[in-house]
Amino acid sequence: MPPPSPLVAGHAVSKRYGDGPLILRDLAFSAQPGDFVTLIGPSGCGKSTLLRLIAGLSPLSSGQLEIAGRPPGKSAAEVAFVFQEPALLPWLDVARNVELPLLLRRAPAPRRNESRVRALDLVRLSEKSAAYPRELSGGQKMRVSLARALTLSPSLILLDEPFGALDELSRQRLNEELLAIHAREKWTAFFVTHSVAEAVFLSNRILILAANPGRFHAEVTVDLPFPRTAETRLSTEYQRVVAEVTRLLHSAEAAAA
Amino acid sequence: MRKQLLSFLAPLLAGILLLGLWSCVHRRLSPEKQYLVPSPGDVVAAFIENRSTLALGALITAAGAAAGLTAAVVLGYVLALGLAFSKITRAALYPYLMVLQMTPIIVFAPILVLVIDASLLRVAIITFLICFFPLVVNTTQGLLSVDSQLLDFFRLSRASRRDEFLRLRMPAAQPYFFTGLRIAATLAPIGAIVGDYTAGNAQGGVGGLGFQIVLTSSRFQMPQLYATAITGCALGFVFVAVVLALQWLALHRWHDSYDRAR
Repeated sequence: MPPPSPLVAGHAVSKRYGDGPLILRDLAFSAQPGDFVTLIGPSGCGKSTLLRLIAGLSPLSSGQLEIAGRPPGKSAAEVAFVFQEPALLPWLDVARNVELPLLLRRAPAPRRNESRVRALDLVRLSEKSAAYPRELSGGQKMRVSLARALTLSPSLILLDEPFGALDELSRQRLNEELLAIHAREKWTAFFVTHSVAEAVFLSNRILILAANPGRFHAEVTVDLPFPRTAETRLSTEYQRVVAEVTRLLHSAEAAAA
Repeated sequence: MRKQLLSFLAPLLAGILLLGLWSCVHRRLSPEKQYLVPSPGDVVAAFIENRSTLALGALITAAGAAAGLTAAVVLGYVLALGLAFSKITRAALYPYLMVLQMTPIIVFAPILVLVIDASLLRVAIITFLICFFPLVVNTTQGLLSVDSQLLDFFRLSRASRRDEFLRLRMPAAQPYFFTGLRIAATLAPIGAIVGDYTAGNAQGGVGGLGFQIVLTSSRFQMPQLYATAITGCALGFVFVAVVLALQWLALHRWHDSYDRAR
């Protein structure tokens, strides 16, 4: 049986802004449907830039990048983005924030309602649907942001350090919820983080980047079994992978210096 | 409870002190100059004596101010949308907007007197010219100051330019619009009084407050002049109160400035 065609495929991807220095150099990568890929590396290695390229928010300087066989922004595959900040519209309540992507696509009301109920259910915030963003905690806002990304039933979700501003326990809880949703919905994820523990817990693949210019330094496959729970973090195998990724991160930093 | 009492009593006490200072100044002036600062009692008497003239004048001035302010809001918002929509319109029109702002509005008065018959319309136009600038500048600023992640989100959702304005830029600009409106609402009664003063007349009766200022000062009716000034001040408070109420209606559900928990 031939391997399934990749959902995301990059070849010799490079990026610079204007006449500035090279941000990303010659990246080659791919992701299969259902992959949870984490990008980790020192500050300034271009992780967030790579997400913006995949989202089609910023053009490549050279190379090729395809989402389901088409260039970013032109692909038929739904792509959702979860930002560092929750990026909610403060003048809309939770329900209308979550529905917004469908409203902007002119989806009919019944479809909007159905998707909203499903998405809020997935992030366990149904009871907050009439609340305004300012009435929510940081973690709740992020869950609304996640629900908004899920309403389009995307095949690819790009997450740019979404839980970086949360306290450790909220972050762990959201990691567990994110994986539970991923297990049900099976989208492909590209997840940017600074936390090795988070990267190992979430992903089946970790791409470690080095900086100046941004490039792939190493890839780690995480074979920890699913479903992963709070227990997973106590296992020796988990600790071993965390140690290995940490070591590779150090060598990535040394390679840049 | 004590705090509340204090915050109620403090301005009251300051007011009584200022009134005392006022009558002190009145009594200390030499008899031939005393008319310049009439006693508070004389001003109150002038208020009561001229109450219907003052009330009618206030209404006429309020009508001119409201008409001018409304026109400034509508046209100012439309222009702000145009300015926010494209860099080219911004580059083309902004310098002339500055020119309008820098021009002393008084110079328009004699022209308006020659061109327009209706006193109220002249007053409204002068008010409009004074209120227009802060509305345009603040609203444009608001339409352009949208969080870049929200703009990215709209782009990713393949939102039309129309949706970007209707559902993102215009709601996000509301706090800025109200800042402009608050400034304009303070200026509107002043603008209308200046309009009255320079380009008003007593068409159909007593004339607006500005026109009454012209009359009373030329007749050296100082208590009445003071009463007219205080009426104009009260009118300003009414305008600002209306705007604050509208702002509350628009923003209190979601904007951080109305969050009681903060």
